[in-house]
This record gives sequence, structure tokens and C-alpha cells, in this order.
Amino acid sequence: MQSEPSLSLSQPVGDEVRKTTCYMCACRCGIDVHIKDGKIRYIEGNRDHPVNKGVLCAKGSAGIVQHYAPARLRAPLKRVGPRGSGQFVEISWDEALETATEWLSGVRQSDPKKLAFFTGRDQSQSLTGFWAQQFGTPNYAAHGGFCSVNMAAAGIMTIGGSFWEFGAPDWERTKLFVLFGVAEDHDSNPIKMGISRIKKRGARFVSVNPVRTGYSAVADNWIGIRPGTDGLLILALVHELLKARRIDVDYIRRYSNAAWLVIDAPGTSDHGLFARDKDGLPLVFEAVTERTVPHGTRGAQAALHGRYRLDDGRFVVPSFQLLAEKYLDQSYAPEAVAEETGVSAETIRGLATEIGRVAFDEAIAIDQPWTDMNGQRHASFVGRPVSFHAMRGISAHSNGFQTARALHLLQVLIGAVDCPGGFRYEPPYPKPVEAHPTPHGRAEHFGSNKPLSGPHLGFPRGPEDMLIDAAGNPSRIDKAFSWDAPFSVHGAMHMVIANAHAGDPYPVDVMFLYMANMAWNSSMNTAVTIQMLEDRDPATGEYRIPKIIYSDAYASEMVAYADLVLPDTTYLERYDCISLLDRPISEPDAVQDAIRWPVVEPDRDVRGFQTVLLDLGARLRLPGFADSRGNPIYRDYADYIVSHERRPGIGPLAGFRGSNGERAGRGAANPEQLKRYIENGSYFSTHIPMEAQFFKHANKAYQEFAVRMGFFDEPKPVTFQLYQEALQKFRLSAEGVREPLAPETHRKRILDTFSPLPDWYRPFEEAIVSRTEFPYHAITQRPAAMYHSWGSMNAWLRQIHTSNVLYVPAAICDAEGLKTGDWAWVSSHHGRIKVEIARTEAANGRTMWTWNAIGKREGAWALDGRAPEAQKGFLLNHLIKELLPPKGDGMRWSNSDPITGQAAWYDLRVRIEKADGPDISQPQLGRLSEPKPACDRPDQLRYGQEWTI
Amino acid sequence: MHPALSIIVFSTLSGLGYGLAFMLGLGVLDPAASATKVAHLTALALISGGLISSTLHLGNPQRAWRALSQWRSSWLSREGVLAVFAFVPLVWSALACWVWDDYHPVPGLLGALLSAGTVYCTAMIYASLRSVDAWHTRLTPAVFLLFAVSGGAMLATLFAHAGGGDARIPGLLAAVALIAAWTVKLSWWKRLRLLVPTSSPESATGLGYIGKVSLFERPHVNENYLTREMGYQIARKHADKLRRIALIFGAAVPAIILALMLLVVPEAGLGSSLAAAFAALCFAAGVFVERWLFFAEARHAVMNYYGG
Amino acid sequence: MTSLPTLPTPKKLGLVIDLDVCVGCHACVISCKEWNTGGYGNSLSDQDPYGPDVSGTFLNRIHSFEVIPEGGKLVGEAGDARIVHFPKSCLHCEDAPCVTVCPTGASYKRSADGIVLVEEDKCIGCGLCAWACPYGAREMDVAAGVMKKCTLCVDRIYNETLEEVDRVPSCVRTCPSNARHFGDLADSASDVSIMVAERGGMDLMPEQATRPVNKYLPPRPRQPLAECAPATTRDAGGASGFFAWLDGVLERM
Repeated sequence: MQSEPSLSLSQPVGDEVRKTTCYMCACRCGIDVHIKDGKIRYIEGNRDHPVNKGVLCAKGSAGIVQHYAPARLRAPLKRVGPRGSGQFVEISWDEALETATEWLSGVRQSDPKKLAFFTGRDQSQSLTGFWAQQFGTPNYAAHGGFCSVNMAAAGIMTIGGSFWEFGAPDWERTKLFVLFGVAEDHDSNPIKMGISRIKKRGARFVSVNPVRTGYSAVADNWIGIRPGTDGLLILALVHELLKARRIDVDYIRRYSNAAWLVIDAPGTSDHGLFARDKDGLPLVFEAVTERTVPHGTRGAQAALHGRYRLDDGRFVVPSFQLLAEKYLDQSYAPEAVAEETGVSAETIRGLATEIGRVAFDEAIAIDQPWTDMNGQRHASFVGRPVSFHAMRGISAHSNGFQTARALHLLQVLIGAVDCPGGFRYEPPYPKPVEAHPTPHGRAEHFGSNKPLSGPHLGFPRGPEDMLIDAAGNPSRIDKAFSWDAPFSVHGAMHMVIANAHAGDPYPVDVMFLYMANMAWNSSMNTAVTIQMLEDRDPATGEYRIPKIIYSDAYASEMVAYADLVLPDTTYLERYDCISLLDRPISEPDAVQDAIRWPVVEPDRDVRGFQTVLLDLGARLRLPGFADSRGNPIYRDYADYIVSHERRPGIGPLAGFRGSNGERAGRGAANPEQLKRYIENGSYFSTHIPMEAQFFKHANKAYQEFAVRMGFFDEPKPVTFQLYQEALQKFRLSAEGVREPLAPETHRKRILDTFSPLPDWYRPFEEAIVSRTEFPYHAITQRPAAMYHSWGSMNAWLRQIHTSNVLYVPAAICDAEGLKTGDWAWVSSHHGRIKVEIARTEAANGRTMWTWNAIGKREGAWALDGRAPEAQKGFLLNHLIKELLPPKGDGMRWSNSDPITGQAAWYDLRVRIEKADGPDISQPQLGRLSEPKPACDRPDQLRYGQEWTI
Repeated sequence: MHPALSIIVFSTLSGLGYGLAFMLGLGVLDPAASATKVAHLTALALISGGLISSTLHLGNPQRAWRALSQWRSSWLSREGVLAVFAFVPLVWSALACWVWDDYHPVPGLLGALLSAGTVYCTAMIYASLRSVDAWHTRLTPAVFLLFAVSGGAMLATLFAHAGGGDARIPGLLAAVALIAAWTVKLSWWKRLRLLVPTSSPESATGLGYIGKVSLFERPHVNENYLTREMGYQIARKHADKLRRIALIFGAAVPAIILALMLLVVPEAGLGSSLAAAFAALCFAAGVFVERWLFFAEARHAVMNYYGG
Repeated sequence: MTSLPTLPTPKKLGLVIDLDVCVGCHACVISCKEWNTGGYGNSLSDQDPYGPDVSGTFLNRIHSFEVIPEGGKLVGEAGDARIVHFPKSCLHCEDAPCVTVCPTGASYKRSADGIVLVEEDKCIGCGLCAWACPYGAREMDVAAGVMKKCTLCVDRIYNETLEEVDRVPSCVRTCPSNARHFGDLADSASDVSIMVAERGGMDLMPEQATRPVNKYLPPRPRQPLAECAPATTRDAGGASGFFAWLDGVLERM
């Protein structure tokens, strides 16, 4: 018997731990980066970090090989061959910045709207938006219009906050959690942690999703709904809850506009609007004194139903009466919606019963006295422990805005918004619409060499706030805030290339994009988008979109179509701030923000995009970026993060402000701020006082806290807008009774879809294309181990998803004679793709699906052209057009939500038929030549071999 | 299981080599005949060739000597140890034959015993693996041993003819062993056909209590070491064809030749040597195919996790 | 040394994996890879990392299974297929067949804690241990030519340079859904043993007689929503009935 070897088991992990913030997805977890011999030895979750509490997902751990990927860009590039040829020369940063400055200053001087500046996975929108505003172009947005604007807009316009990453279920206390649709790619670690936590507690987790993977796989109940019908299901739940009297009347009356009086005067310009007093305050009917008083009058017993007469003779009804009448209608009964949704009436009734039972029979209370905005004292926080979450699953439909509104309506009716056990806001939310700006970008808002007069993006209060000219034509290149999509509060990035190419509403001169893979997975109709980028005006020989500046860290498909490439650093090589002015990382109990800092130095000639943007701002002498003598105000992004003030005492970071670094929220700039963040693990967290932690929309202590923190300069409580007056204003415009009048072309559409009470209508594509010719749905799900198209350049992650197949439910396989391993043509009204299929039993019987953005263009991302990502992988984008098919009204409507302009890529309808060989996915757009990679592709990786013990 | 060429070559060649060594050890050939001297060399060459081939699949062949250490528990180690030990009497016997034209019964019988033991160990490497149902049977060592004896006897017949000696005993032995070998092999195949797998996707996942389990997604899309090594699958049609080939070459042809030679009792000489050589070659080819199928048709329990 | 310890090991360190909460995110897979590629033994190499045949050594992988229930109260929802994500790494078996087949003594089961390890300097890369393992826990590293397997992060769990709380395997520390637990399964009072007892922790392929140390916790029973629906819906009297009720509620406030 030999003895066991003795092992040396106490080797230090590395030489040093550098704590920063992950950027492998939008989750923004804290990470401990262990450095050994100047290289990254190991990345793990930061145990102290409030977002991930030590855990880390596959993407986060794979940061090592992402950081060293050959696909990294190495130096600024100037295009020398035709677009798409991949012929670039490396140039100096000076030359790159000079070129950009020359192009941009020309535009700024002559016509600032000829710059379209759009960003993709940008986590610095407060800077990019500020830059665009100071530049003066009306054409700026991030990618929200493609992503989940329905969710954001519906949330803000209904409850002053939204799911996404701006709120969270009360994981600690909830007893029933209902998740709608795919949500694997935002807030992902907190959701995983939360689901596990509630399941271990024995709480019920219900998933409503056509596909049963990921989170849905562990759900106690899976409702395999037909895509695009979630709104109908939710309204059936509302129907059942009303019928069962399972609603929180006190909560609704206190916190929502249920009692606000709606004018009943059909045919007049006030019909359906709220009756208001002379100060513009909405009126309620006081039941005891039998007179109208302004909302918020102390002690008022507001009526929730009845028909009353105002002093001026007009009739009014509380909005709740309209609401109850609408949803008690039999058309919302479970039996009536079962076929459309594909969910049995028993299941709907069972879910409604559970929601009602848990909300009311299992109500909880936290013994903490608090005071509401009316000054009324409450002994405890009463909790309805039912929570909901949703993301793009319900959002990316042409009825997504109304669906998201319906979900918020449901939450409010049972009293489960920001209560113990319910959905909870994360600061700086809640924030009512009134606290948001209106959009800017009309002709009077900009001009030669001057800043835009206000922020680009905001919330219109009615048609008068739209960005259109006198003739009703859009003033933005993406037609955001026009009659096409009045509430496109995140812009409509997905329309920019098509519109700019068509010169509709006008051509642009420079398109400036950051981290937006528009030549691939971030566009609908990818092949034609590429043609648009390559298309020239035959008269001049110029490209239709003459100049494209692109910044990215990696050789994505878009790089090949840029004229000037500004190579970004990786996330481990730069400063960043995750700001409360932008997309914060707060928790329901705490105000939080974070930074990134260069934990390793770049080994290439690259610069952080934000630093480059500051440099360009100074070169262009933009106010706020250059001083009066033209000198740069900020040395770099790190300097900006510390010294920039948006309002006095309010800067990008809330923590460690003031001369001694002891102030949170408001305070003087602190030169030591970044140092303090780094010492603190690169984040800052301050707890909300216990008394202020719930009912933040109406909690006096919270509102005062919010003012102290600098979210607002005065309290901004939220009254839940179950009945949405702004939508009714559009209906009045469409009826032709209120100025500005809607164009004839848009009237029917507005009347059909802008219901002031949450509504459901069949998604446009399904309503227009033949249901027999295209009988099925095709959708994507988000793989947890890959973030959008980022990941295929990652040698570890790409082994998990090297290519994708189309999962086809058994019922369709049997109907169409398909089996696992077959290849099939999948066709939509717009195009067709050839893909490999696999049979599944765990999906809605009418819905096929695949993982999102695994397919890659041959030659991109520094992959070998024979890579399965290109040869077998595919995108559904080729099937989805940015426009709907003509329906005979002379219009080509965009394939978007009519209210927000959200791209409706989940509306896709298809048919499928077996295909013959060869087994290569189609379409193949040809091999892309990309610039020289950062390093040669090795035949083998042995990462860490030198550290073998 | 992946039919790795190096291992199939090893098992085929060493089976023949040890079989021949076994026959030589029994002293069935005339030690004075020069053909017998060649037979000794042939046996040693086949054995060595097989062993060298077997090291080709090692990740670190330079450490192969370490494989001799774990004979207490490991059949592979035992095989190595016996193979090394066997060389002593086998070389002794060869020297006795070459130098003294003599047969020494002690090293001869010891060599035969160790040769059989080595083949048995080889077989037990496979037969001991519970993870591979096809192999995990007493029939596996029986097959290996009988095939080794058949091959050895057939080669012995060849060398008896070539040496002008009496080939009846080795011929008879070859015929009997061949019949026995294929009888056992047919029951091995029958067992394989009727086999109820020890493990299933249900037992592999513990989820059988819910219902029927099937693979939805592999861990990684491309092949990995496990699927390359253990995920080999062969179509039934293809396997049936190969079985027929193995039977024709490994059983029918040598059996007919052996029978003819036993019945007709030809003159020892070139003609009969060629016939015996042809029979042995066909047999080797048949065994090669049989061994290929031995791997290719065997399903590893791990495939319950890979949908195979 | 490839004989197994003659006495039961005083400790049986291992993992308990909760199939009820694993969402199949692959976090453990990559965390394992990054820790172990720079830790104990040779790195975990990847061949053709940016090419068509990319394939590397991993010590922990997640499979996904589709299970079609055959009904019954226990699991509910008969007919609805469910997906179960299934992480798998070495189970550190008590009767580890991979150890006894090893011809060189490279594979061994530690007598103190039962961890099955490979002493890579002794490994000839014959692959027999991978054949012997029914679970697919061992993968030969193509670059190093030696067998790699889960070490239970032996270089973490005893690593005195780590804080005590971090002395757990990398996969356990990183798992976002807390589906992986590490502990001593020989100690009936340990958290993992209690979990196994309470939840009916299972052995994988008990018929292989390997006596795995790692246990799997089965998905919890589920109650279909349809069962929550009331048998009858009372007649609610439409909107007028509703408003009458509402008046009653408002009066009581």
C-alpha cells in the first residue's frame, strides 16, 4: 500500500483581489477579480455586493476568456475598401478623433439633426444623452425601443415604476410569485436567487411562458400560453378577482385614480378626461357631503361609482365605475378567453383564486408605524404577498403596452404594489410621469451650433407634446413621438437605418453608433438592413447613409459596415459608473450605485468610449464639455464621474460625496470619490429608513428621503393611473374633437388601441397575415449563459451554445411530419430561413422557439468561418420585417406597438416545412471580412497552465 | 464505445500471439522443426506488436511502466504484470527451441498458463466494467480465451504444416476451439440482443418516479471526450452486415479449410501451409471485425445522460 | 494505491444538488472551469477554441432532460412535459470503480475525506477509469494526456489563504439559485445530511453499486392550479351586484 500523496492545498488564489462591477450582461454584479502575475486568475462574485451577494453566473465567470478574446479590436480603423469588405487601415487616435470632429462639426454647424446618435448596450446613457443634447441633434436614443419600452412606459404611466431592473418582488416575504414571459437576461442573478429562496420557503411560483425552460422549468405551475395573449389572460384574472370581490378597495381608493371623476360628454373635447378644479387638480365625489372635492382632500370619502353632475352641468363618473363595468363583462370570463390564450378556464380560475386567497387570506403586516402623504398615520405596513415580474416576453408585442398596463392594473387592484410581499420599487423609483420631462426635438428645440433645449426622451402628457411639425410630420429620424408611436419614450433605434436610408423624414449625414449590432441581431430584417448600409445614391455614388462611426470593443458584424471604428476597451480596462441618473442597481431597501475601474491595463491601442466621447465633446467645443477657451472640462471619464454635476450637488455617483466623503445623494464633488468606491468594493449602498421602505409612492418618510437624496427637489408621490388620461387625449384627437387632430390615416388605429383602460387586442401581424397560411408562432428565449450576441467570441461560453436549433412542439412535428435532426424551411410573410429542428414536448403547442442571437455571420467575431455559429446557427430576425404587410389602407404600418413603437418581434407568425440538404442554415449572407483580430486564433487554449500546482 | 484502432489491433494481435504461445507451451509442435522456431518468433512478435499498439492510445506512454503497480485491484495492471512475467518463460521456450531444438515442459507450461492468464486479464478489463452491459458477463473472458486458442491453434496448424510435422492435433484443436469460440460468441451476441440495460435515463437521473425521461439538451453542443470515447453508435443494419462478415471470415472460411484439411489430410507442404495460412489470415480478419463490433456495439451507461 | 480505503472514510465530503431549483444557467460549469484551469493539476484545455470543432475539458456539466409525467398526485400536472436541468460532476463514490481499475495508482480515494482524486504525475492517460465510471465524471485532457475530474475543489476547501466561508467548491459558491450544497455526508447532523433526509435525497444509478456520496434532491411535488379553482362560481350579479357589494365595503371603512 503506497501512501497518499501530500498536496499543497493552501496556495493563495492570486497576488491581489480587485473588486469591480461585471459587464458580461446588464445585471451588474459585484466581482472579485483575482490577479496573478498581471493576468486574471479567477473572477468570482463579491460576497458583500448587494446585487449578487457572492454568486456569479456563467457569463460573469467566463469574463476571463472574454477579456482575452481574439475578437477584441486593437486600434482605431479607417475604412478603405467598400463597406462590408472588411478593408480597413489602422490609424492613430489623433487621426480618428480629427476625422470624427470634422464630420460632426460640419453637421452641427449646418444641420444638427443630420447626426443620428444611437447606443446599444450602453450603461452610460446619462452621459451619452447629455452629450447628444449638448451637440444639439434631436436624434438620440438608446436601444430601449427594440428592447422593452412597453414595459418601461406602461410601468411609469401606470404606477410610476416598472419591473425590468427598476423594481423587484419582495423575495423575502412573497408567497405567490407570477412571472410572465422570458426574463433570463435582466436582473438575472437576483431573480435566480429569489426564485430559489421562495421555493425553499414553500411559496408558489407560477410561470406564464410559451416555453418551459430556464426559470419556467422550476416553476410550480407552468402556463404555456399562446404568445401575445398574456393581456387577455391577465384581464380574465381581473374579471375573476372582481367577481370574487377579491380586491383591496381601501388601497385602490387611497393610492389610485379610481375615484377620479371622468367626464361623460360624448362628442366633446373633454369626453373621457378627468374633471379638474381651477388649479388643475382632479376631482373626486365626496360621498358624505355629496360634492366634488380635489383628490387628496383630507378625510374625503371618495365615491367609487355613481353618476354625478358637476356645477357646470356636465356628467361625471368615477373612473373605477368604468373599470369595473369593463372587466366584469363576460367577454373577459375564463371560458371566453380560454381558446384564444390556449389556457384552460380551470387553470385561469385556479390562478385567480390563488391570487385572491394569498393576497387577502394570507396577508401579512409589518409592525412599523408610518405616515402617508395625506398625513395619515398607519400602524403597520399591510402586505398582500403576491408579486409579479415580467420583461420582454409580454413587452415585444404590438399589444405589449396595454398588456403591461393590464398587469400593473392587476397588481394595484389587489393592493400589491410596494407592499410587504408584493412588487417593490427600487430607488429612485417610484417617479410619476410629472417628474419626467416631456420630449424635446421639435424644430424650435434645436438649431445650428446650439444645444437641444431639453432632454430628448420624456413622457408626452398628450398629443401637444409630440415631436412633429405643423404638418404632422415627425421631427426625429426614428419618428419617435410622432403619430406613429406617440409614447416612444425610449426612441425607436430599430427604425433609424431604414428611415435614414429612405430619407424619410429626411436623410442624415453621420450615423454614430455605440455597442449596437445593427448589422446583425439588433435589427429586424437583417439582410435588407445590410443592403441599406451598403446602398449608394446612383446620382452621386455616395452611400445613402454617408458616414458611419461605430464604437465597440469586439469585431461584431456591425464593425464591417463602419467608416470609422473607435475601439472600446473591455469592461475590465475602464472606468464606468452605474448611476442613479441612468439605470441604477438599487434594491427595494437601499439606494445603490457602482463603478468600474481598470483592474487590468489595455494591451492594445484602445480607449474607453466615454472618455472618447468627452474628448470629442471638447474638440467640438460643446457646452459642458469645453470651457470658454475651448479647453476640455474633463480629463477623462473618471474625471467626469467625479466632477460632473447635473444639478447642484447631484453628480453621476451618489456615494461618498462632500469634501469629507460622508454625504450620500446630494453633496459637493469629492476628488477622492472613486478611491472610496474602490475601497468599498466598487459600489455604494445606503439604506432607506425602515419607516420609508414600503408604500414609497405615498410614504411621507420616503418622499422626504428621496428629496434628501436628490432624486427630486420636492416630494413627488404617485397616484396609480389605472385610467390613463393621456391615452384618452389621443382618442379625442382621433375622434376629431380635440386639437391637435390626428391625421385621417391614424385615426382608426388610435381608436382601436389607445384605450384609457388596459385592453387587449390581437397582435397586428397575427391580425393581418393569414392564420391558415402562417398558423404558428416562432419566438426566442434568452439563454442564461449568453447575453445577446456577446458570447460567441468567448471560448468557454460558445461551447455551451455553439449553434442553435429550432425547437418544434410535438403537435407541430406530428402535423408536419418532422422529427429531431430534420432540416426545415420556416417562412413568414416576409422571408424564410432554413434551420435544424428538434422535437420538444415542453412548449405551447402552436409555438416553436430557439435561443436568441446564437447564429453569427460567417467571418465575424474573429471566429473561423466554418464555425457552427455561422454554418448551423441562425436568427429569427430574417423573418421579421420592420414594417407590417400592406392591409389595403394605403399605409405601411411599422411592426411595432402603436403606442410606444416597441418593436414587435414576438408577434412573428410562421409556417414550417421539411427541407432537403445540404445541412447549412439559410440565409447565408456570405463571408464577412473583419479587421485583424487582437491576437491570432490559437489552435488550443490552456489558460492557467503556468499556474499548475 | 469508440472502436479505437490501437486497442482493436492490440486485442486481435495479442490474442493470436498468446494463443500461439499457448500452443507452443503445450508442446504440440516439433521443436526441431525450423517452422517451430519461426512460430516462437511469430508469437513473440504478435505479442509485442500488440502491446506496443496498446500504448499508442495512452496520453502519457512514457509512464506506462507505472501500470505494473496496481495488480492487487486493477485488471489492466494484472494484464501488464502477467504480460511481463509471461515473457520470461516464452523467451526461455523460444531459446530452448532455437538453441537446443528442445521443448522444456516447465517454462512451456508456465508460458502457456501465463499466456492464457494474460488473455484472461485482458478480457476481464472489459468484463469487470459494470458500466458497459455488453461486456459485463462471464462470456466475455470465455470469448477472448476461446478466440485466442482458436487463433493459436490455427497458427500452430500452419506451422505444423510448414514444418512438415503432424498437423492433426493442432488442426483438431483449432477446429474444436473455433466451434466453441463461435458458439460462445453467438450466445454473447444473443445476450447482447436480449439485454435489458442495467441503467436507464430514468435511473441515471432519478426522475423515473415522475415519468419518462429523455434528453432535451446536451451540456455542450459539440462532441466532448465522453461522447467521442463512449458515444459511438452503430446502425443495426450496419452491425448485422459486419457480423456476417465476421462470421464468414472468422468462422466459415477457416472452418471449411480446417475441416477439409482434417478430412483429406493433405501432404504437408507448401500447398497445405498456404491453405492454413489463408485460414489463419481469414480468422484474424474475422476476429478484427468481431473486436471492432465488440466496441462499437457496446453501449456505455454514461449515454443515459447523452441521449445515446 | 488504487485499492479503496478499507474502512469507511471518517468524512464523506460531497455535494447535494437540488433539482427543484436548478434553472440550468451553467454558472457552476464555468466557475468550475475557471477555478480548475488554474488550480490543482493541469489546466483544462480547449481545442479549436474559435473554430468549428471547439471542445474542451470540463469537470462539471449541465444536462437538460424532458420528463413526461405519467400522472399521479405526487407530481401533478399529468401530461405536461417538464424540463429538469441536471448538473453532473464526480459523485465521489464510496465504491468508486474508477479507482480500482486504475493500473498506476494515479486514481485514489482519500482515506480522510473520501475525495476521489487523480495524481496526475502518475496518470498514463489510458482512459480506463473514464470507462469504469457510469456517470461520465472523468474527462481526459487532450493537451495534457491525463485524466481530469472534479476535485471537490480540494485546493479551496482546505485553503487557509481563503476566508473560512469561501472554503467550499467553486461551483457551490457561485450557484445563483443555491442548488448546490457542500458538506460531510458521513455526519448525520450536517446540513447536507439533514437536507438529504428531509427531501429524500437520491443516488444516481444505484444499480451500478457505486454508492455515490453526492446526492440529488428530487423536484418537489406540485399542485396544479386547476385544483385551486372553486368547484362552483357563485352568481355575482354582474356590475350592479358588484357595486352593491362595494357600497357595503365603503360603508364599513
